[in-house]
Amino acid sequence: MLPLVPALVFVTVFFVYPLLRMAALSFGAPDGPLGYYESILRNPVYATVLGLTFKTALVVTGLCVLLGVPTAYLLASVRGTTRTILLVAVVLPFLTSILIRTYAWMAILGRHGVVNQALLTTGLIEAPLPLMHNAFGVYVGMTHVLLPFLVLPVYSVMTGIDGRLLRAAASLGATPRRVLATVYVPLALPGIASGALLVFLIAIGFYITPALLGGPRQVMIANLIEVQVLELLNWGFGSALAFLLLGATVVVMVLFDRVLGLERLTV
Amino acid sequence: MKTVLYGIAILTLVFLVLPILIVVPLAFSASPYLEFPPAGFSLQWYARYFASPKWTGATVLSIQIALAATALALALGIPAAFGLVRRQFRGKSALLAFFMAPIIVPYIITAIAMYFMFARLGLLGTPLSLLLAHTLLAFPKVVVIVAAALKGFDRTLERASMSLGARPGITFLRVTYPGIRPAVTTAGLFAFLTSFDELILTMFIAGPTTVTLPKQMWDTVRLEIDPTIAAASSLLIAVAVFILVVTELLRRRVGVKVPIG
Repeated sequence: MLPLVPALVFVTVFFVYPLLRMAALSFGAPDGPLGYYESILRNPVYATVLGLTFKTALVVTGLCVLLGVPTAYLLASVRGTTRTILLVAVVLPFLTSILIRTYAWMAILGRHGVVNQALLTTGLIEAPLPLMHNAFGVYVGMTHVLLPFLVLPVYSVMTGIDGRLLRAAASLGATPRRVLATVYVPLALPGIASGALLVFLIAIGFYITPALLGGPRQVMIANLIEVQVLELLNWGFGSALAFLLLGATVVVMVLFDRVLGLERLTV
Repeated sequence: MKTVLYGIAILTLVFLVLPILIVVPLAFSASPYLEFPPAGFSLQWYARYFASPKWTGATVLSIQIALAATALALALGIPAAFGLVRRQFRGKSALLAFFMAPIIVPYIITAIAMYFMFARLGLLGTPLSLLLAHTLLAFPKVVVIVAAALKGFDRTLERASMSLGARPGITFLRVTYPGIRPAVTTAGLFAFLTSFDELILTMFIAGPTTVTLPKQMWDTVRLEIDPTIAAASSLLIAVAVFILVVTELLRRRVGVKVPIG
């Protein structure tokens, strides 16, 4: 057990203990232990933000599945150098910081950004389109940031699918579409489910992208927590919000572990 | 059907690389504004980046903290990986979940919890607090990468070494460690990158004298679209490319697994 001790102590002291203190703060409202939680429930603004957070996370997860599954399929179908080049297109953005990628989207989607300049010069539009500081910008930015988290696990499961099963189905008379729907997709499903849960999990706690690409109506729960803690110095209330987010995360994480196992987090 | 899927896939891959392909040329633009395609070639933004003590200071601080965090994360993570893979005990998967929790729990939560703690300890804005925060996020990745390599390590090699008279220490240094060295290198690179790119915890913990590179970018990006950020970004992208190349070579040669997250 000895080699585990330093890491155990470290995580306990610098992670578990601060979280427990935060929990204590969240139950320390002057008007009773549940005071902060009651005021979250009372004020419809917070329900709106929570709803928006979940809605955004769901939309982004959906977009990631729609775009990411075909991408993983293509990656798994090609071989050699082509596969390496296409994999780089997924892994390079994955290794580039979220801040840089969001900044790049600001340069692309902004009022004077690449898209608007191109459309204005070609005369297709007369006034710049509002592409960021709205829900569209948040969806584009978050989908971009989170896509690799879906593509990589799905790709890893798809490369493990035994090609003989597909050939067997085809030789028994299944059309290509039927092979895909009744053999390939069911076999790839654990990967798709784990990728989608992972994306959802990261999306509900997102901060940077909504802060930069969203507008006043795209405030997500993480942004709200930041404002409460750093700007309004409302530590207890911010802690209560954080604790709610933590609860949601734990539920998703337990689900993930039950269904797929945490060790799936590598490729 | 296949054509449709491949079509979506190719458009998605373009979508994924597009921002990087746009930012790098912007950093070499001769125009004082963000214009694409860039009007002419110039190194003015790099010149401005290297001439500004704010940007260079932030870069140096980021490198220092990332190196220290890498060392600490390896020191904590490698033994933990050995403990997880080599020892038999109940609750192993719970312990793995416990070690992974810092990178699974939304960073904003960890950020405020640490902010409160360091505020109470009077450590806000110190390099030490940043080092501890970054290590917390870097070490789970070390555990995952090294544990995966250890699982694939053939223990008969160790038994052979010991049966030939090598003591456990020598066996570790001459047999086990060389076997997992590619994974340790990969783990170190991921730990470095984790710290070097970290923004959320840093945003809460850093003070005026401990502005890291991402923090400096964040402070600038909210005020104006300054192409100096594009120059800084392309330097960070270069770091990502370097890490990609090294990990890819190690993965091909010895099949090191890399973590998601």
